[in-house]
Amino acid sequence: MAARAMWKGVVHVGTLTVPVKLYSAVQDHSVRFRLLHKTDKQPVKQQLVSSDSGEVIEYAGVRKAFPITRGRLVLLEKEELEELEPEESRDIEITRFVNIGDIDHRWYERAYYLGPDNSTKQYFAVAAALEKKKKEGVARWVMRDKSYVGSLRVEDGYLMLITLRHADEIIAADALQMPEGRALQKREIEMAEQLIEALHAEFDPTQFSDEYRDRVMELIETKAAGKKPKVVKFRPKQKETDNVTDALAASLASMKKKAGSRG
Amino acid sequence: MAEEAEELEQPSGVRSFWTGSITFGLVTIPVALYSATRPRGIALKMIGPDEAPVQRRYVCPKDEKVLDADDIIRGYEIEKGKFVVVSDDELEAIEPRKSREIDLKVFVDVDQIDPIYFERAYFLIPAGGTNKAYRLLAEVMEKKKQAGIATFVMRAKEYLVAILADNGILRAETLRFADEIRKPEDVGLPKVAKATPADVKKFETQIAKHAKKVNFHDFLDDYAERLEKLVAAKERKKEDIVQAPEEPPEAEEGGGEVVDLLEVLSRSLGGKTGAQKRRPPRKAAARKTKTKKRA
Repeated sequence: MAARAMWKGVVHVGTLTVPVKLYSAVQDHSVRFRLLHKTDKQPVKQQLVSSDSGEVIEYAGVRKAFPITRGRLVLLEKEELEELEPEESRDIEITRFVNIGDIDHRWYERAYYLGPDNSTKQYFAVAAALEKKKKEGVARWVMRDKSYVGSLRVEDGYLMLITLRHADEIIAADALQMPEGRALQKREIEMAEQLIEALHAEFDPTQFSDEYRDRVMELIETKAAGKKPKVVKFRPKQKETDNVTDALAASLASMKKKAGSRG
Repeated sequence: MAEEAEELEQPSGVRSFWTGSITFGLVTIPVALYSATRPRGIALKMIGPDEAPVQRRYVCPKDEKVLDADDIIRGYEIEKGKFVVVSDDELEAIEPRKSREIDLKVFVDVDQIDPIYFERAYFLIPAGGTNKAYRLLAEVMEKKKQAGIATFVMRAKEYLVAILADNGILRAETLRFADEIRKPEDVGLPKVAKATPADVKKFETQIAKHAKKVNFHDFLDDYAERLEKLVAAKERKKEDIVQAPEEPPEAEEGGGEVVDLLEVLSRSLGGKTGAQKRRPPRKAAARKTKTKKRA
């Protein structure tokens, strides 16, 4: 069954427009737990109380405040906050087109598919043009009172909009000090390179599945059936490698042996 | 009302980081994991009608008795109102034996990983006695533009990760599992249609006209800027200022902690303390979760 579009908008590419529908491209499969009261196994309730008097406060009576210094806050009225919200709009403005790969991975947050909204002709034309030019568009739009930055890309012939994080959410790697130490030996580098080459493969995410999620669900089913699960205490075992050169040499040797026995 | 419920659900509590090791062949590298991103949004506090900060607490659903952490357990709802209780020990016991290990058995070209998979970034910081193996792996991966792919378990959840090297520092990017990514046909998109060359050309012209370099001004949070402006204006006019008693520092992913994080990282990486890299304190204080309510 076709999914329902979560939003409708219009992509602006320069002077051209493409009406689109937006669909989530990801679905979260995590196991969700609830917090329960130990004695009656019912979901706990959350309550808001005054830190001064300890009295219970209704959510409607709560105001927001922005901390300016420790212990001092500026109160913000609901109306003031509403005024800051971006203006409602259906426009997805493409501010610029950049080369694919120029936006670092860390910016990407959540992917959406765009589908044509009675705009099949323009939709597939812009997809083909982006693909040909090897570009992605930097998009800005407002959806449900929030402004977003995103990347307009083509994936298998379809348009996608991937939300990007805001600039101050990213800690740049160059804000950190590079680990220092004695220069690495040429031989170690060569061996490490060989090992990576030997382990090189195509990226195939279908090779990995969330086995732990399956086990958690199994545990829940076992317990739901009134059976007792087997609990073995977990003991992590890990030891830092003392001699990196030897460990690399041994890794390469064992990989060669494996490859030899296979062929 | 949905708004209220979601806002209330945001858990507060200590944010623990994962420590474990990366294995690469027979080489084991102890590492600690730190978030490489700051949470989105602005750290607005809740203030009650009495102008005192609001606190959250858990109460018994029946008699509203205040509950301690010891009174609270975790459950999975198998049918409406019926829960199976699961303990931390049980969840830990079913962790894969090697869950504290990010075993890099596959390396792929970094640019082969589709951005649709990326979820969150973490820095991996050497946590062992030496950092030689760490530096070696980082250098070779960066040079060869390779990412190691593996899975590991953190806080009762399994993650698929790509380990990348950037500027000598290893980063773990959590990826979504393949079954969490929908296909165009799942969504109900029409079959890819061929566009007419004339239409494609029109769009190509517009794309070429607006082709530019990436500018990070595009990624600024204009809502946060407007909010800071409003706050600054009210502060100047001494309008609506409230005094709140000093709170115990919240051990969350708050802004102050991020500044500390940079220091922690710099220290563990064996360099100078990154004091000059600090963000202005005002901005640093200005973040925590707020905006989730309508996401």
